[in-house]
Amino acid sequence: MDAQLDTFPRLLLHHAQVRGSHPACREKDLGIWQTWTWLEVAVEVRALACGLAAKGFGRGMHLAIIGDNRPRLYWSMLAAQALGGIPVPMYQDAPAADFVFVLNDAEIAYAVVEDQEQVDKMLEAMPQVPTLRHICYDKPRGLRNYDGVLAFDALQALGREFDRAHPGFYEAEVARGRPDDVSVMLYTSGTTGKAKGVCQAHAAFIASARGGAQFDRLTPDDSILSYLPMAWVGDHLFSFAQWVYVGFTINCPESGDTVMTDLREIGPTYYFAPPRVFENLLTQVTIRMEDASWIKRRIYRQSMAVARRCGTQILDGKPIGTADRVEYALGNLLIYGPLRNVLGMSRIRVAYTAGAAIGPDLFRFYRSIGINLKQLYGSTETCAYVCLQPDGAVKFDSVGLPAPGVEVKIANDGEVLVRGPMLLKEYYKRPDATAESIDGDGFFRTGDAGLFDDDGQLKIIDRAKDVGRLTSGAMYAPNYIENKLKFFPHIKEAVAFGHQRSEVCAFVNIDMGSVGNWAERRGIAYSSYTDLAQKPEVYQLVKECVEQVNAELAHDPALAGSQVHRFLVLHKELDPDDDELTRTRKVRRSFIADKYAVLIDALYGGRTVQHIETLVKFEDGRTGMVAADLRIENAMTHAAPPAARAAQSR
Amino acid sequence: MRTVERKIGAAILELEHISLAFGGVKALTDISFDVREHEIRAIIGPNGAGKSSMLNVINGVYHPQQGTITYRGTERRDMDPHRTAAQGIARTFQNIALFKGMSVLDNIMTGRNLKMHATFIEQAIWIGRARREEIENRRKVEEVIDFLEIQHIRKTPVGRLPYGLQKRVELARALAAEPSMLLLDEPMAGMNVEEKQDMCRFVLDVNEQYGTTIVLIEHDMGVVMDISDRVVVLDYGRKIGDGNPDEVRNNQAVIDAYLGVAH
Repeated sequence: MDAQLDTFPRLLLHHAQVRGSHPACREKDLGIWQTWTWLEVAVEVRALACGLAAKGFGRGMHLAIIGDNRPRLYWSMLAAQALGGIPVPMYQDAPAADFVFVLNDAEIAYAVVEDQEQVDKMLEAMPQVPTLRHICYDKPRGLRNYDGVLAFDALQALGREFDRAHPGFYEAEVARGRPDDVSVMLYTSGTTGKAKGVCQAHAAFIASARGGAQFDRLTPDDSILSYLPMAWVGDHLFSFAQWVYVGFTINCPESGDTVMTDLREIGPTYYFAPPRVFENLLTQVTIRMEDASWIKRRIYRQSMAVARRCGTQILDGKPIGTADRVEYALGNLLIYGPLRNVLGMSRIRVAYTAGAAIGPDLFRFYRSIGINLKQLYGSTETCAYVCLQPDGAVKFDSVGLPAPGVEVKIANDGEVLVRGPMLLKEYYKRPDATAESIDGDGFFRTGDAGLFDDDGQLKIIDRAKDVGRLTSGAMYAPNYIENKLKFFPHIKEAVAFGHQRSEVCAFVNIDMGSVGNWAERRGIAYSSYTDLAQKPEVYQLVKECVEQVNAELAHDPALAGSQVHRFLVLHKELDPDDDELTRTRKVRRSFIADKYAVLIDALYGGRTVQHIETLVKFEDGRTGMVAADLRIENAMTHAAPPAARAAQSR
Repeated sequence: MRTVERKIGAAILELEHISLAFGGVKALTDISFDVREHEIRAIIGPNGAGKSSMLNVINGVYHPQQGTITYRGTERRDMDPHRTAAQGIARTFQNIALFKGMSVLDNIMTGRNLKMHATFIEQAIWIGRARREEIENRRKVEEVIDFLEIQHIRKTPVGRLPYGLQKRVELARALAAEPSMLLLDEPMAGMNVEEKQDMCRFVLDVNEQYGTTIVLIEHDMGVVMDISDRVVVLDYGRKIGDGNPDEVRNNQAVIDAYLGVAH
């Protein structure tokens, strides 16, 4: 590609020229998919950029962008960039109080938001954010009588007027952009401390988009469903950077509740989802299969057995016997094909998952029915671009080979270090944090502990700082244990404790959908989440899962000491609104340990029941109390294999 | 910052001295009240007070033995529900009256029935007017679907939906007729708190966005007092109170009859 195509606004103009009539965005509106071509997008972005300029927005300023995935919000990013401004997408489901920190930290004066809900939150935050002055909204519903906020259309109308009065202004602004200008500021989810603004340059995201596009041979004819939070680096890479770099089509769902239907209608060729989404899909499929007639269940079970046996080999192009091939073709006709269609994955060429560990069964399920699901590894600081799994060499317990242009090495203490063009420019207003995370040689400390396997693929074990030691000296990787537990469909979250303790104990969150269905099937009556969680039958169910994990851990000499000795099932779901999970739904272990200290004492103090009252925050900001008597169970542990004992005693 | 400025107009529906009896049972006795344009007018009262009968009188299902009904300056005689609908009055029912086996979309489309003029033959072979009308009406229906946020159940058969959503679909069907007056028979009955809040918001939104005049029957005093402009109180078929929520709340007859006499 042309050397001049080194910023996103220039790429946009390029697409408008070479593929002006090619679809760039689609969105379902009033039940019908509306399409905008690249030329139309360029025109819209220009009007918007000029509108922002007319309102005083310019070089170096930050533009807050809040809402569900909508074409207009993606255009807002391009408009801000065209003026040399920096878009700051934020998580749309956060309450107003959570916005205040970021709005102040980034000195936000301008915001483009989706609807009345977000406008209300902005107005609520306004008294605490002195800089915030201009709010522009996309959906006008319910906003007719609001003063001091501007409709998207009105802003664009202003822009068109401004454009006529200042010919050449837009072109000059786009020409002034440089590749090392900051193109976007993404706030880290804050697993550790306060959120930090990660400044990424155009060059970094373009390098990542280019690398990924070459690696998977993306073309303008690819199409993707954009439904993940716009503030997440994954969405920014896949639905923005690669979109503008490659020139394919993004599709925005009608609403959060219709994603599954929209996925089926669009049939994307390229798909990205966190493991949770794949997990939910599989849970739904499993539940619905259990409700099907016996003959369907039987065909399904048989076909899935065939798929497990040879599906992944066929996908990887490995040689297999003719009999298996015929059986698989039959299964494809009866089950896999229709199932892919129901899942909306008939046309998928490449699907990625990242953000958390994915269960081997889950991973194998999708690959065995012919969906090319792969893993990648990256973070906000690396444009979600460090390692990718190549076609034909996909393993569930690794995250792949270093991506083109990226150097990866393992530090002496096991931490993964990376270097390449995709690294962050800096943390906003935090030179201390920037200096701390990038070493003298330009390597970024990921904070993850990992190792290379025999094929040169990277394997991530845990957060480097979370890897602890039991009092016996055995290694203890809490994430590893929690993930193993979470791979069971009945378990939604798990939190393991054990650092500097004699044994490992765990909190478990049941999955309401899955366990609720399980209980109904068995005629177990329950009134609420809390009630269901404390049923003896549910404890038995969870206990079986825990003991299975123990059996697996016992096989691995290094981890045999980390078997879960005691556990309890929590009375409430861990929730980002209660600060127990981050917005990307990672457990905040130390916060939970403090909040539920009484439960941890009970686990280690040998009690069998513990009373607890917890304050919960509802979505509308009100609070309430949940109280329960939690039972504590022992789980069976296994002796480490003799080889392991020998290894330990050495 | 939110400034609600609805302009409540003159009375468009006037009921004077309405009496209705079924054989010897007097359902309504000498009731008079009016409904003003763009307002939310509630009819409340204990069980059997005659609320639904009142709504059915307005709707043209029941014909009162005495009294007159004037709608937009014209006295109505021998009304029937069909003509009421043609005049721009739509309603929902206390016990949901949807087609359970049909999809949400098809159910709401039935609300557009009066707007379709194509003949049976035209519709059967899908030509000319039928096709044009279907597209236009579908667009209107989609606007209602968007308004009530039920996109995700568009193609779901109504019988499979939970109660709260069915109520919303019924409201959608009534709205699809683009009524100037909407009669709601206990729209919040049997709902949980969250569903009630949602429904309240939709009723207010309909009133604000489309300026639709709303007459609603409701059990839940809290809801009524929050969203209505004026309230009529019935007891044993007689009107015992009429006024804005505060007046009604402080009316001794209402307190005695509806909220109970202190012993």
